[in-house]
Amino acid sequence: MINYIPPGLILIIAGFLLLIVPKQLFKPIALVSPLITILLTIQVPDGVILKSSFLDYSIELIEGDKLARLFALIFSIMAIGGTIFAINNIKSRELGFAFIYAGSAIGVTFSGDLISMFVFWEIMAIGSTMVIWNGLEKSSHKAGFRYALIHFFGGVILMIGIIGHIYQSGSSNFTTIELNSWPQWLMLFGILINAGAWPISSWIGDAYPEASASGMVFLSAFTTKTAVFVLLKSFPGTEVLIYIGIFMIFYGIIYALLENDMRRILAYSIVNQVGFMVTGIGIGTEMALNGAAAHAFAHIIYKALLLMSAGSVLYMTGKRKCTDLGGLYRTMPITTICGIIGALAISSFPLTSGFISKSMISQGAADQHLTYVWFLLTAASAGVFLHAGIKFPWFVFFQKDSGLRPKDPPLNMKVSMIIFAALCIILGTFPSLLYSILPFNVNYVPYTSGHVVAYLQLLLFAGLAFFILLPQMKRTLTISLDSDWFFRVIGKKLINYFSIELNILSDGIKRGTPEQINSFIEQIFKYHGPSGILAKTLPTGRTIFWVIIIFALFLFLTFVS
Amino acid sequence: MNNDENKNQDIHWLVKPKTIKILWLLMFVILAITLLLQAFAHIHGHFIIDESFGFNAWYGFITCVAMVFISKLLAIIVKRKDSYYDD
Repeated sequence: MINYIPPGLILIIAGFLLLIVPKQLFKPIALVSPLITILLTIQVPDGVILKSSFLDYSIELIEGDKLARLFALIFSIMAIGGTIFAINNIKSRELGFAFIYAGSAIGVTFSGDLISMFVFWEIMAIGSTMVIWNGLEKSSHKAGFRYALIHFFGGVILMIGIIGHIYQSGSSNFTTIELNSWPQWLMLFGILINAGAWPISSWIGDAYPEASASGMVFLSAFTTKTAVFVLLKSFPGTEVLIYIGIFMIFYGIIYALLENDMRRILAYSIVNQVGFMVTGIGIGTEMALNGAAAHAFAHIIYKALLLMSAGSVLYMTGKRKCTDLGGLYRTMPITTICGIIGALAISSFPLTSGFISKSMISQGAADQHLTYVWFLLTAASAGVFLHAGIKFPWFVFFQKDSGLRPKDPPLNMKVSMIIFAALCIILGTFPSLLYSILPFNVNYVPYTSGHVVAYLQLLLFAGLAFFILLPQMKRTLTISLDSDWFFRVIGKKLINYFSIELNILSDGIKRGTPEQINSFIEQIFKYHGPSGILAKTLPTGRTIFWVIIIFALFLFLTFVS
Repeated sequence: MNNDENKNQDIHWLVKPKTIKILWLLMFVILAITLLLQAFAHIHGHFIIDESFGFNAWYGFITCVAMVFISKLLAIIVKRKDSYYDD
């Protein structure tokens, strides 16, 4: 009997259908399946409600609680919003992969055990890589490859951690995990790679902006926020996360300030925003955890809105560099206004969603008397207005007259922006809507006159700093080297160096040895070399691949029986 | 329609020097108001300094200036032409 269908599964199945169905079915499937997912998500009750066992481990495909429903809800809202934005300009195949990606993110949130969590985690990596590969430009291919390498590396680290953890504790339960030995540290490391924590953070700025206009709207929401979800569930109150989070916040600000590509500015600001959430998780009180969860919810909406606005500009002009853009407010009023609302929300302006979520994290720091953390978070709030709140709208829509006169984008793109802009303001104006679905009871009032005045002073004087320093901020045709430089330049040089040197060496040895010995070596190599019949090993990867296939079949059979 | 008008007028009203002057003036008026509002709205601080008059204003301003200059310093090391990885 099927009592409950995993909500994520609907999107995954719809995703696979989109890869193969004819054109007439594209729109109905794309628009209806996210709505079904929302309906299923809000109906999931507390506790484990879909369970079976596989190879001695219990597999819990749906375990409901407030945190899981919160993240699954925002992921499915994102799926419908992104679809409305994308429907006129996305390839059926690309949207299919985006749905598989979104569905598996929802799968992670409802997983009750580490094994199913990990399987969905890896499907996300595949789905998102395919979304990047469906990008517009040739560079998408290379960037997507680097993205895949990093995420599969992160996946392997996480897998080793999970195996070690299950071996040590004997339980595959996906719940709070103590950081007491190396498997748990590996798990944390693998999760932080997906969160975009430094030094393995360059992939966000490198790969996401190479996706299509709509592709990046999807990408911005799921990978990093799923990592935030897992950290919230498994590592709340882990002190080291405070420092990692603070570093991410300032890394994001500084790199976004230097950036010229409008979508890369927004990509670095994802790292910055996730930094706030990671810091909140590190603080670990109910106030701070609520703040981190609320901030993830609010962030997904306004970041998608900002990327829809940037995506509209890219779609209408084909340009993404600030040096090529400017003055678009003349002919793109709706895109400009929606972009500004998103920018105000990310900067936590009063009456926007960012104001009611971010301030809970700062409050959490203050309650714990984390003085330095509080002062750094406050400086960072000003910095968000500087690098995203003003910089993005200013350089794209105002700045100078670029001579471009694009119209606002087609109707569906405008509708999705207006819906998300409205959500930013509704959540900010009626905080109880969001507060009532947070994991813990909320005992916090964001709108006191003092708090509003404090934030207005902070943000408006940050704005003053921006305009006074405007000559310093002039955009140039440059990029900034990030941690990926080490493998993209140094790594490549090392490989080239060794492959040339070793070739010279082996050629020299070959020439210096008699013919008979060489042919003897060749014979041995033929049978005992890496691919020789007597010596080759069956790769573990292949075994795991088949286990996963059996696992998928098994899950399928559990549903239908 | 709008397109043609803009091209003919050359300068949009928003970027006329006079408007920009007014906007700067307006900005300073608003900044002054947010400072003055503190006299009427008590900022409930968590530490001592953050309750003082205009703390958020100068703190926001100075930290932003600092962040811009730190980014400028970092740029000396990490800035490259945007075709750097192409070849």
